[in-house]
Order: sequence, then C-alpha cells, then structure tokens
Amino acid sequence: MIDAIVTPEFAYRMFRDILRVRMVEERLRDLYPEAEMRCPTHFSIGQEAVAVGVCSQLERDEVVTSAHRSHAHYLAKGGDLKSMIAELYGKRTGCASGKGGSMHLIDQAVGFVGAVPIVGSTIAIGTGVAFASVLRGVPKIAVIFFGDAAVETGVFHESMNFAVLHKLPVVMICENNLYSVLSPLSVRQPGGRPISALADGHGIANWRGDGNDLDVVYKLGSKALAHARAGNGPAFLEFETYRWFEHCGPLDDEQLGYRPAGELEAWKARDPVSQYAERLKSREILDETKISIMRTEISDEIDEAVRFAKASPFPSRDELATHLFAP
Amino acid sequence: MTHSTGSSSEGVRSLKYVEALREAQDLSMAGDPTVILMGLGVSDPAAIFGSTRGLFEKYGNRRVIDVPVSENAVTGIAVGAAISGMRPIMTHIRLEFAMLAMDQIVNQAAKWHYMFGGRTSVPLVIRMVVGRGWGQGPQHSQSLQSWFAHVPGLKVVMPATPYDAKGLLISAIEDNNPVISIEHRWLYNTHGAVPEGVYRVPIGPNVRIRSGRDVTVVASSYMTLEAVRAADILRAEGIELDVVDVRTLSPFDDKTVLDSVRSSGRLIVADTGVRSVGFSAEVLARVVESCLGALKKPPIRVTLPDLPTPTTRALANYYYPSHYDIAAAARRLCGHPKKTDRSIEPSDFLDVPDSSFSGPF
Repeated sequence: MIDAIVTPEFAYRMFRDILRVRMVEERLRDLYPEAEMRCPTHFSIGQEAVAVGVCSQLERDEVVTSAHRSHAHYLAKGGDLKSMIAELYGKRTGCASGKGGSMHLIDQAVGFVGAVPIVGSTIAIGTGVAFASVLRGVPKIAVIFFGDAAVETGVFHESMNFAVLHKLPVVMICENNLYSVLSPLSVRQPGGRPISALADGHGIANWRGDGNDLDVVYKLGSKALAHARAGNGPAFLEFETYRWFEHCGPLDDEQLGYRPAGELEAWKARDPVSQYAERLKSREILDETKISIMRTEISDEIDEAVRFAKASPFPSRDELATHLFAP
Repeated sequence: MTHSTGSSSEGVRSLKYVEALREAQDLSMAGDPTVILMGLGVSDPAAIFGSTRGLFEKYGNRRVIDVPVSENAVTGIAVGAAISGMRPIMTHIRLEFAMLAMDQIVNQAAKWHYMFGGRTSVPLVIRMVVGRGWGQGPQHSQSLQSWFAHVPGLKVVMPATPYDAKGLLISAIEDNNPVISIEHRWLYNTHGAVPEGVYRVPIGPNVRIRSGRDVTVVASSYMTLEAVRAADILRAEGIELDVVDVRTLSPFDDKTVLDSVRSSGRLIVADTGVRSVGFSAEVLARVVESCLGALKKPPIRVTLPDLPTPTTRALANYYYPSHYDIAAAARRLCGHPKKTDRSIEPSDFLDVPDSSFSGPF
C-alpha cells in the first residue's frame, strides 16, 4: 500500500482524468466499426496512467509531444475533446482541420505542440522546443512521450546527447509496452539491459517504475520534473505498461499468438484505472456513487463531442490546397 | 580567373558570393533576435567556406551554435525551435550531409503546417553546398535540388549571383516556411554588384539574365554562369541567347521561361543535377504543356550524365558539361555549321574553378 502521494483533491482529479481517457478510448473503439473514423487509430487503452500521472503536474506552457499513440497524452494535457474526435472523423472542425487524423493531433492552446507517427521524430522536435526556450532565456519543460522501440532509433540517441550536452529541460518518457507492432523486445534489444540504462550511458538522470500505478507515475514524474525544472538538465523515465488491444485499431489481437499465454490477462489484472479506483475507495476519496456520477458526466461530455463530430462538415474542395505554405 | 556576372552598377560595391551570404545572415541576425545559426562548424575558424565568418564572435554561442554530428536530430531540433518562434538557419557544408536528415526535412518540416491545418509553422532555412572539383567525388558533389523540389511544402532556391545570394537568403530567412537554399561551391568566389543594407529578392519570380532572340537557355546556379559565358561567346557568331536564371525551383514560376520559349522557339535547359527525372525534365514538361507549338526543334538538355561523380580529374573532365556544351547545343538548334568538339586531355586541370581554389575542399 503506497502512502498518500497527493492531496485527496488531486487524487480525485487524477482519477477523473484517467477515467475520462479510458471512457473516450472505449467509446472510440465502439464507434470505430461504423467506419466513419477513417484513419489509423492507435488506442491508449491499458497505458493511460503514464499520460495522466505526468501531465497532471504540468503547467499550460510546459509542452508535450508524442507519437502515433497520443490520445491519452493529448487529453491528459487538456486537449479539446470535440476537436480531437472531429479530427478522427476527418471534419473541418478537427484539431488539424481534418488534414491530420489521429496520428497528427495538435492543441497549441494547452501546449500539445503536435504529434506525428514517425517513431523518434518528435524526440528531436521536442528537444528543439526546449532548446529554443533556453536560448530565449526563459527555460520551459518539454515532455516527450514515446514507446520502447523509439530508443532503438538513431535520432533518440542523438537527441539525448544534445539534451545532456546543453542541459536542456527535457523530460523523456518511455512507455515500455513490450511490443513494437507485433515484434517483442527480445528481437529488438538485448535482454538484461533495462531501457533506462541507456540514459545512464548518456549521463542522464533516470528513473524506472510501474507505469500502471498512477501514484508511482506521479512520484517518479515529479522527481524527473523537479530535476529538469531546477535546471539540472534532462531526465528520463521508463514506465512498464501494456497495450490491451491491437497495435493499430480497436480489435483484440490475442488470436495472432504473438503474446505469450496469460500475459494479457495478467496485465488486465493490473488495470491502471480500476487499480486506482480501488485505492481511492479504500482511502475514502471515492465511492461507487461518486464514480457513477463521474461516469455519467463524462459519458454526457463524450456524447456531445461525438454528436459535434458527426454533425460537423467535411472540409470543402477548396480547402485541399490551403495551408501548403504559411503566409 | 574569377567571374563577374551582374552588371556593375554605378557606386554599388562588388562583393563575393560567399561574402554576400555572410552579409545576409549578419543583417538578418542583427535585425531579428530570433534568427540563429546551427550546423557543423558554423562557428569554427573555417566558417563554412567563409560564409559565417565573424558571426560567432559577433553574436555569441546562443545565436551561432556548432552542433554534434547528428544531422537527423539537429534538423529536428531546428524544426522544434522553428515551431517555437525561432528562425533557425541550418547549414550543411556538403549537401550530402542533409541525407541524414531526410525524415526531418521531408516528413516533418515540409508538412507540419499543412497536416496540422495551419496551426503551426516551420520558418526554417537549410543551406546546403554543392561540392565540385579537387576530386570531391561521388559523396561530396551531389546536386539534389530536384529531390527537394519534388516535396510539396518545401521552397527551393539556387542563387547564381552574389546579388541574388544575399537577397534570396534574406527572403528565405524572413519566409515563414522551410526553404532549402542550395549554393554551388564554384560560385563562392565569384563577385558582382551587391548593395549595402537589407534588400530582398523575392522567392518565386525567375529572371532574364541575358536577352536574345535566338535560343532560350534555362539554367540554375553554376550552369547560369556557364550559360552567360556561352552567350558572350555566341554573340560574336551572331547567335543570341536568352538566358533565364531559375533561381527559385519550387514553387516554380514558369512565366519567364514560357515567354522566352514562345519568342525564340528553341530551348536548352542547363541543370547542375543529373539528366534523368529531375528539374530539367520539369522545364521541358511545362513547355510541352503550355507552348508546344512554339518549339521549332526538340529541346536539348545540358546536364550531368546519370552517373555518380568520379573522383579522378581525368574522368571528372568528361563528366561536367560547360559553356562549350551549351554553345554547341545552341549552334545545333540554329543550324549553324559545327565547330570541332572541345578536346579534353586527362591532364587538363579542369577540376578547379579558379587559381585560388587549390583544395582540399
């Protein structure tokens, strides 16, 4: 049993945030077979705690970037729900005007500066945002979320080197969910070498922990943020977590057989949402009534956002060629 | 033998191309604190062949930033700085080094403004130098403007004169989009009239650099100089070349080219890149699409062959076309009697542009 890490009010808020991410993702999963969200969609279900535990501690002007599996990061940072869903529906009212889809979300108003699916690319771009803040004399944190495969890229190591060289306020967060599409870690990285050890090799402060325990994420996240905010240079976090559904899309994929028997069940037993609910119930911060009310409110919010997305117009033909160049 | 191209204007001082580049950056940095330089060696004593000379001393290490040999991440870092309101100028002392950063240039910089519905933009300049001579060889001499011009969202400029080098670079720095500026190494020591102070050559319009009625020559970068040399030689033979300098390859404004071809009916395209699947083909395509009937003869392209650059000067001498080839093409198009082909010996020292270029660069 972990001692209270945060105030009851903050814990309540974090639970609401993680429940909301889960409920949005579940709703999108339910709607996806309607074939009106027509873009590759990588669901965050099972991995939500990392996004919420970190983003709940960020100021609005501390920025976040991510990769293809960015819904949880976008929402946890405060990204607009209606715009996100409209974007998946390819509508003009989407956060990228329909031109980006799920893999290219952005919400500048809350410091979600843009996510793209090329693995590793936003690690350098996020490092650049932090670098610019230092050059301007007002250092600001940039948090960069990525998966276990991203640490295999050259651009990751180049960015780490640059970040530690210039002592940048970057917090790099690896959600190690054990798979890159269908390829397990064992064919991609040598055994016995934790991902966080790569940060040691670069001379970067690092922590590693259970990514499904919201309190653990919060605690390690706060250490990393404190380190970077104090001007001590970059920090690296490795969180072990697990994706419940297929790499891309809403379906189960256990039948493909790449996950060892029982692995998915074991991770589902460590569901970050229900784990935290139980913990807060035992601390009497939550009860079933409160959770039920929360669910209704969130469900209504999601209903409204889906209605908005479905009713929104598509971009018109003359928008095809807009935004090629900035004026 | 250095080359003077721009007409010397009364009272306008003459500057070398490399000095014009330096001055564009200096003025831009003085006028806008968000302009920064990044690249391998930007602050070292060699200063990118002199094009960044003195800027580190003047602006310090928060404006002129030497970087690790990490072109991929450094370009991404420049993109991140650009989306945050800085105006980075990246340099690649050899165009080939940008190959390491193609994801950040093509997948990222070119696309962020469009794929995020205009909510972010990338005001990034990437300067690249095309090598030539002294056995630069296949990996230090590529001229890949066609690749970059094929990517929607990138602007591509190739200034041929010191005047354009300064004015286009200032425009590129002020542009709110990613601009690839490709500079040919053999232009660095050329000089021409360059006004003091800030002035802009707009990205887009191309310019008639020699007027003539007989043959249109569309050229870029170093081949523009070769086209001008050919024009001067042919004037004595009664053949007039209309030389159009394509200094912006993308977005390509073909108006000047098409006007010239409609008038002359004869076309030569001289490109610093290889023959196939490139910008020279784009010029021909535009002409075919818009004024096919104006052509009296099929056009002729003067380009590198579809081969990597050999290192030995013996072979490099046969690899690079020059004003001889442009002039020979013009004579053929005009039906003039053939002069004997230039005879090149392997011992000919054609692998340097002028006596000051003694290598190893």
